[in-house]
Amino acid sequence: MITLNVNGSTFDTETAPETPLLYVLRNEMELNGAKFGCGLGQCGACTVLADGRPIFSCLTPIAMLAGREITTLEGLGSIDSPGPVQKAFMDEQAAQCGYCIPGMIMRAHALLLQNSAPDETTIREALEPSLCRCGTHMRILRAVHRASEGFQQQTSAAGEASQ
Amino acid sequence: MKVLYGLAIALIVLAAAAVAYAVSPRALEAVERPDPQSFDKAAVAHGERLALIGNCAECHTAERGGAYAGGRPIPTPLGTIYSTNITPDPETGIGTWSQEAFRRAMYEGLDREGQHLYPAFPYHHFTKVMPDDVDALYAYLMTREPVRNEPPENELRFPFNLRPLLAGWKLLYLDNERFAGLSDADEKVNRGAYLVQGLGHCGGCHTPRNALQAEKQDEFLRGEVTEGWYAPAIAGDVPAAVKWNEAQLADYLAGRWLEEHGVALGAMAPVAHNLSRVPDEDVAAISAYIVSLMEGDKLEADAEITGAVGEPPDSGDIGAVIYAGACAVCHEASPSPSATGLPLAYSTSLRIPTPLNLVRIVEEGVKPPEGQPGRYMPGFAGALTEDQMVALATYLRGQFTGLEPWADVDDVVARRMRNESGTKAGTAEAE
Amino acid sequence: MTVLDHLELSRRSLLKGGGGLVLYFSISPGRLAAQEGEPTPAPPAAAPSPPKLPGSLSDFPFLDSWIRIDNDESITVFTGKAELGQGIRTALSQIAAEQLKVDFSRIRLLTADTAQTPDEGYTAASHSMEKSGTAILHAGAYLRRMMIGLAAEELGVAAGDLKVEDGAVVSSAGERRSYGQLVSGRSLHVTVNDQTGFFEPGNYTVMGQPVPRVDIPGKVTGEPSYVHDLRLKGMVHARIVRPPKRGMRLSDLDTSRIDDMPGVIRVVRDGNYLGVIAEGEFQAIQAMQALQRAAQWEGGASLPSDTDIYDHLMKLPADTSVINGPETAVSPPDGAKIVEATYTRPYQMHGSIGPSCAVGLFQNGQLTIWSHTQGVYPDRAAIAEMVGMDERAVRLIHVEGAGCYGHNGADDAAADAALLARALPDRPVRIQWMRDHEHQWEPYGSAMVVRARGSVSGSGDISSWNYEVWSNPHTTRPGPAGNLLPAQLISASFEPEAPTNIPQPAGGADRNAVPEYSIPNARVVEHFISEMPLRTSALRSLGAYTNVFALESFMDELALAAGADPVEFRLARLEDPRARDVVTTVAKAFDWTGWEQRPGRGRGFAYARYKNLAAYCAVAIEVDVDGATGRIRLGRAVAACDSGQAVNPDGIRNQIEGGLVQSASWTLFEQVRFDAEGVHSADWAGYPIMRFPSVPETVEVHVVDRPGEPFLGTGEASQGPAAAAIANAVADAIGVRIRDLPLQPERVRAAMQA
Ligand code: FES
Ligand code: FES
Repeated sequence: MITLNVNGSTFDTETAPETPLLYVLRNEMELNGAKFGCGLGQCGACTVLADGRPIFSCLTPIAMLAGREITTLEGLGSIDSPGPVQKAFMDEQAAQCGYCIPGMIMRAHALLLQNSAPDETTIREALEPSLCRCGTHMRILRAVHRASEGFQQQTSAAGEASQ
Repeated sequence: MKVLYGLAIALIVLAAAAVAYAVSPRALEAVERPDPQSFDKAAVAHGERLALIGNCAECHTAERGGAYAGGRPIPTPLGTIYSTNITPDPETGIGTWSQEAFRRAMYEGLDREGQHLYPAFPYHHFTKVMPDDVDALYAYLMTREPVRNEPPENELRFPFNLRPLLAGWKLLYLDNERFAGLSDADEKVNRGAYLVQGLGHCGGCHTPRNALQAEKQDEFLRGEVTEGWYAPAIAGDVPAAVKWNEAQLADYLAGRWLEEHGVALGAMAPVAHNLSRVPDEDVAAISAYIVSLMEGDKLEADAEITGAVGEPPDSGDIGAVIYAGACAVCHEASPSPSATGLPLAYSTSLRIPTPLNLVRIVEEGVKPPEGQPGRYMPGFAGALTEDQMVALATYLRGQFTGLEPWADVDDVVARRMRNESGTKAGTAEAE
Repeated sequence: MTVLDHLELSRRSLLKGGGGLVLYFSISPGRLAAQEGEPTPAPPAAAPSPPKLPGSLSDFPFLDSWIRIDNDESITVFTGKAELGQGIRTALSQIAAEQLKVDFSRIRLLTADTAQTPDEGYTAASHSMEKSGTAILHAGAYLRRMMIGLAAEELGVAAGDLKVEDGAVVSSAGERRSYGQLVSGRSLHVTVNDQTGFFEPGNYTVMGQPVPRVDIPGKVTGEPSYVHDLRLKGMVHARIVRPPKRGMRLSDLDTSRIDDMPGVIRVVRDGNYLGVIAEGEFQAIQAMQALQRAAQWEGGASLPSDTDIYDHLMKLPADTSVINGPETAVSPPDGAKIVEATYTRPYQMHGSIGPSCAVGLFQNGQLTIWSHTQGVYPDRAAIAEMVGMDERAVRLIHVEGAGCYGHNGADDAAADAALLARALPDRPVRIQWMRDHEHQWEPYGSAMVVRARGSVSGSGDISSWNYEVWSNPHTTRPGPAGNLLPAQLISASFEPEAPTNIPQPAGGADRNAVPEYSIPNARVVEHFISEMPLRTSALRSLGAYTNVFALESFMDELALAAGADPVEFRLARLEDPRARDVVTTVAKAFDWTGWEQRPGRGRGFAYARYKNLAAYCAVAIEVDVDGATGRIRLGRAVAACDSGQAVNPDGIRNQIEGGLVQSASWTLFEQVRFDAEGVHSADWAGYPIMRFPSVPETVEVHVVDRPGEPFLGTGEASQGPAAAAIANAVADAIGVRIRDLPLQPERVRAAMQA
């Protein structure tokens, strides 16, 4: 048995240890955020965070994740109370079919955790592993810029609160 | 060791001071940028071919910068050097350089104003290049688009930031002689040797260096860590599972994929990309010369090499589990040519004396140039913990090569992964 | 168990709507029964009103085909079109809310489902707004006026004393009748035969507004939104194994090892059709890998190679027709400057980010399939034929997939689901293609060749114009069962039907081949090649991408020969004021006249009206070309679009912007690679598309609104102009024209050295 820590809760699974996380998230935990796109680490649709860093869940065996903190799209917020990056994507209407968007949001979130005020080039590089076929890129970039404003406000508010 | 270095440095400082006093190089006159039309078309074309063989663009182009406009950081154990702008821009490039000034730079490591250049610019190899070839290179560079770009100042530790000291270095290591030819080799191998020892400056990465960063001539092409990658031995006993032949090596050098050797990776990838654009005969010559330097019997291509295929992994070995869940899909059961990984029994990275390359490949992945089809492997940075990387490296080495485990695997993994998460991979480290 | 039992999703999924899947699970059994028992609504010939009704009303004139109002005041709007990520769910709801004068949030929209919605064929060719939007617009307006009439009767007041607000009719005295009350006990099965009286555009409050898309909140928070997210009770997972290349036969298969693998339920083999069903998804994948190794294939068609494909195509038998201008070639007058050019475009793929997926359930003789097909009705017919069932026993329900951009693997995956579900009755079977299946087996956009020969006279007039296009088919949708890939593989196999071209004026291979510019005697010839070395079908904009690329490149070549500014050259030949408007809007916003050249940098312009009858679109873009590497960097891009009355301007911007970026990816990078051995572009590394570092610096889209004008399809309008603008900009930057797509670095370098 492997115990996973997903979005702050634990989940036990009997699934074979080499099974990639993606299938456990989608089929056992019934989480839809991470998507199958290629299963080859080429498209980023399956991106989730492990200890705050983006990983391809389609190629990460669950055995590697025991005891580590996994965050999926669902961990960032919900439809009623979306997280700052999700909110920014809604505000910018940054989706066409939307299939790639969860991966984009996870990658953007990981970037902003590290650097809350990234410049355009940094954002583009951080999102490079994720593909979008609908050509939503310009909106995604705008959404990340907008989210970064939210992050900065949060950080500065937190800073003030602690003073 | 430290004491020795100190001593050496002190000696050099003294020697350099003396030399610098004795010969202070003169500045050459600035010229008007020659009219691009004035150059012979054939010379320009020939120059381009040479520039590709010399891999000039790689060092002299910054990420996202203009071609040949310099500014790329070159990490060395002595600090970071920024490549110069070699476009014909008059202010920031070499637009005011005469052909003579260019030749002097190539042969003597001096810029137009007479300043010493660091041997990160491998003039100690370029001395072998024939004057006609140097002039063709000049013709090629002077007909490029001028780009205004002032590269950043070098960031070298004292005393290496003192350029006059380089006079001393040159005294010790610079031998201003053209390529003399190999007496006991045919024309093709001779041509290969000329390219390898000269413009190609293969030794720049593949030959072990001493404390003063000079190549050890008696260990020519025997493997060295350069810019964070281990450039394996390509002469003597080479760490390949299957013996190289000329045709294979030529394919490899031209960036092609080989069933038994894979594809050029890491710092070699751009070299191969350039060589893919030069005429086959040059690549064949390089290959012939290099293969002539290789020794020893290795498995022939058709020899049986098997890995761990198919069976459920031993779940007690996390390295085996990771391989089964993350690696096997491409390295054993690939659905497509571009995602087909080398069967790891053939991997050179598992056979070299350090796990460095393996760790880097796993972390950074393999990418073809932007927008071009090619072999791909995703980077696993962030996915593996240090312990998992150690376990994976240990498992792969044991499973696929049968060689002794790497003694320093914990160390290399720790250094590499801690560094990598702090700074951008591969730019700042001296291993 | 019944279908509805399986539909009980996990509790979590049912909690939230998110505009997503829940709609599909709250199916009213009433309507289901009613529609299944009856024939489809009367065909137009039998309809009582002779004048042709607008949009899809012409096929489905009955009000209740489009709108239903229940006693509880709920309003349900039906469309036979599917949400493909283009935002029609939102735009159609806006139209209904506007016409019915109710709050936007009250509209419940049901999309394509053979048991519930009208048969609007395929969601394709940018027709949704034009067809379904127009139908809903008129049905809504009709219903509103019907409500006023009924209220007038009930309240005994003149219609002029009544107004409509918030889903009710209110008299000047304040008496109020809700829609629910008014329709109670009445049939809405009436013909919408009156087309007057929809609101004046000036009064619109919902239409014309950038209403946020209803599907986005759910999609960005992980609500179930795609067929991939369907999780039915008792569902199992399947994977397929396709032959290594087309036409191969399965000669030998030993499944003993696979049968024993953990979780495996069944290996499904029928002729050359091969699949495996397992309890767990990763178990299915592992079994598929083992099956791949176990299967032996032989035979197969030998393909030409991607390097000589154009010669190969042009040598195949072709159906040649002159679609515009004189029968014989037009010769340039003496002394004119002649320009000749051949343009090529390779096979390119749809490449959905989510591979094709479907869920099938075979139970009690009924087959239900959830699919992201673009056409539930045609797909149902094809699947019923393939499995030899009565159409009425087969139900196709559209559930969103990843963006498809045309005829991709969706229908074939739905057919897979049918075959696999039939092999395992009573359990929902979910099939999802692997990446290589999608890349290697989807139908591609055709490789094409265009030859243009024209001339300009001394006065700068275009004095001759000959344009010929060679192309494979651009539509091979099902249709007949034989157009489904699985149907070609099963032992009782079906042959694909002989493809035909879509006739002018829309055209298929020749879409946008006829210049809109006033060019005397413009001669346009089409060579339609039905033999397909690689299977082709509809890819966003069909032939228009290549034709606009070629035609608008050629316009620049002629402008250059005439020494004219490209924008001026176009404007001098454009009469339609709406065309002129988008051109001048872009030229102005881009600052075409003030733009500054510098080494390695160029600007390009292009214009087209999609299909010569849908949305107008112009694009200007600047590029930087790196001489050493041949790499093209896209700078600022400006586009303008006139889609008639703009229902959702932000939706239009999103489509134009997305189309432009996608087209840029096709234009710079994309080419299906193949040789005698088969298709090598089997994943994103073998078929690279644009990634973030190479998208344009900025894209700005101007929507030219035309209140009161008919809706014009927008979804494909920017594909062609974007490609031509980039090609023109590259030619401007390097001073040499590249006529072969994609504009790869080595082509650019070669052109610069030539
Ligand atoms: S699905 Fe994991 S990277 Fe594509
Ligand atoms: S929005 Fe469709 S793939 Fe990105």
